[in-house]
Amino acid sequence: MESTSGRFENNARAALSDPTLQTALAKLADGFPARRLEAAGRMPEFEALRDAATEIKEHVLDHLDVYLETFERQVVANGGEIHWCRDAEEARQAILEICRAAGARTVTKSKTMIGEEIAINEHLERHGIRPVETDLGEYIIQLRREPPSHLIAPAIHLSLAQVAETFRASHKELPRERALNEPDALLAEARAKLRPDFLAADVGITGANMLIAETGGNVLVTNEGNADLTHTLPRVHIVIASIEKIVPTLEDASVIVRVLARSATGQDVTVYTSFCSGPRRPGDLDGPDEYHVILLDNGRAKLLGGEFRDMLRCIRCGACLNHCPVYRAVGGHAYGWVYSGPMGAVLMPALIGMHEARHLPNASTLCGRCESVCPMRIPLPRMLRAWRERLHRAGRGSLFARLGLSAWASVASRPGLYHAIMAPLIRALGNLAGPGRRFRRLPFLGAWTSARDFPAPEGETFMSLWAEAERKRKPYADLRARSARP
Amino acid sequence: MSRASRQAMLADIRNACTPRRGGAGTAAVEARLAARAPGPVPARARIAREGQIALFIAEAERVQASVARVKHVRDVPGAVAGYLARHNIEPRLKCAPDPFLRSIPWAQHPVLSVAEGKGEGDDPVGVTGAFAAVAETGTLVLVSGAASPTTLALVPPVHVAVVPTGRLLGTYEESWAALRARSPRPGKEFVMPRSVNWITGPSRTADIEQTLLLGAHGPQRLFIVLVDEENA
Repeated sequence: MESTSGRFENNARAALSDPTLQTALAKLADGFPARRLEAAGRMPEFEALRDAATEIKEHVLDHLDVYLETFERQVVANGGEIHWCRDAEEARQAILEICRAAGARTVTKSKTMIGEEIAINEHLERHGIRPVETDLGEYIIQLRREPPSHLIAPAIHLSLAQVAETFRASHKELPRERALNEPDALLAEARAKLRPDFLAADVGITGANMLIAETGGNVLVTNEGNADLTHTLPRVHIVIASIEKIVPTLEDASVIVRVLARSATGQDVTVYTSFCSGPRRPGDLDGPDEYHVILLDNGRAKLLGGEFRDMLRCIRCGACLNHCPVYRAVGGHAYGWVYSGPMGAVLMPALIGMHEARHLPNASTLCGRCESVCPMRIPLPRMLRAWRERLHRAGRGSLFARLGLSAWASVASRPGLYHAIMAPLIRALGNLAGPGRRFRRLPFLGAWTSARDFPAPEGETFMSLWAEAERKRKPYADLRARSARP
Repeated sequence: MSRASRQAMLADIRNACTPRRGGAGTAAVEARLAARAPGPVPARARIAREGQIALFIAEAERVQASVARVKHVRDVPGAVAGYLARHNIEPRLKCAPDPFLRSIPWAQHPVLSVAEGKGEGDDPVGVTGAFAAVAETGTLVLVSGAASPTTLALVPPVHVAVVPTGRLLGTYEESWAALRARSPRPGKEFVMPRSVNWITGPSRTADIEQTLLLGAHGPQRLFIVLVDEENA
């Protein structure tokens, strides 16, 4: 997929003035965080589970080579096959070869972010194979030829009316005048439409929420049951997963399952949690004849040894999106590529290049809610700052912004100078503000104040209040001498 | 392609891992895999038997499953026929070829028609047993095999699961221990079945304006019959 991340500012502006999107985002902001809080509240061990889940992934990342080899042995022992792919191109080629060998015409797909990352649908279509997304949200956006706008709710940006319009435009064989004004009717239509594809598909492609080294299998979580139909009905099951999806044992997988849905939708567990381990066994009445795992690196190994390593713990629950004030203002498409929100702003510069994704690490208030809700305790704000530093060092961003930051840095790291400049400035701003105590416009800050008011400083600065209090408490102590002591 | 990529990927990963852990790391991995140590296990499911049954029922009902509890195997056909009649569902059952399900006297209820096989086509009702049921979240654990096709719990619009209360466990970890104990042949190493399916309530989606709808691709209804009879 072509990235529009470089145009984030325009994307964001368009998103902010799209009333349908804003209604959808407001609903998201009301729903997911409250449900997450309720689910966590019902589980007194929730914080301990987050610690355990974090520890599991940390251990895996320290031993990833050994776990991947263990996983490979088990996949082969189960009668499956593993395909090591360094990048998107190798993965696309491997998948196409499997599909061709199976004589595939129709491929059902269960939602996979890695599939979006390698743009597998376009590749299959170009080679005469029809990919059919089966998750309802993914199906809708496939018809609209849009990327997902949320990790777990890909069509969150659309209204019911837009979905109805899409179905009318795509399902031309159905009567035009049919009623599509209830969500039930849309679901029934999609279900009826997709059932024949489930049955006709030669290959089923799924992602993997986890790969289990112990069993050589993958975990899939869905609420619709589409992943299970996708891996059970066709003759061939292809799992596409990136290398960091490994967990050691079934017990470890259970720990992560316990935090995944609670963080994502606020469910205790998704309706379907499936552990697939290879092709059908002798005597089985259903299941695929072939089981393939596409094991994709695509830049992950490079992250493993560096300052963005913690990002590889991510389980794609979407909690950081749901709690991010920026995501909630602009939605997922503004980020311009496959991922979005805080996790996307950290991951995408590594995947599509720092220059293309240069705006994303800056699209954050660093409020810290993402880190506070991340089930894997990923320090997202720290990593956003790390990207900002790299961008600054690489000379990215406007000259004005970079000079401004350098000036700021040199002042802010000299407390005496900082105080000498800021104290009169703050006092002056406080005096200049009108009765509303807000500035509609400020010189040099036009871009900032065009969308919001600048609150006027109130009263004295913290430093002078502190000094005043110290003087009252200990009239003869020298404040600067005290603060210099360690 | 794959072989060269494999070498290159593993080399990159090893280079990044080795300085952090020191050494080859195989011993630590083997120890971890052998230990199968559980994480924090929820206290809410570590309770006395009757409490676990009550918890299972409450949790399953919280996610829109229907649950009936009967004393004897002979009570199952009545419970199933009653459920189907109440919801106006065609009483045509497709059952898993499972010895326990075969021991149910379906014929007592002449209204029920019974066939065996996998779930397919226009089957209105799929009937399965369950390897286990987990009280923690009201979850059924289905394990694929010759006597338990996966499709029965997925393709028909109604899924009926008949589960002896003796199969009820507290937590996910207990179900893994039970599965590992079920060695295919004595002395043989544990092999995962093709598919282990945890099912918690009927299928659903909230993809259209976040409105919760039941029956997305999987069943719209899940009816669980718990049977108390010993040896069931």
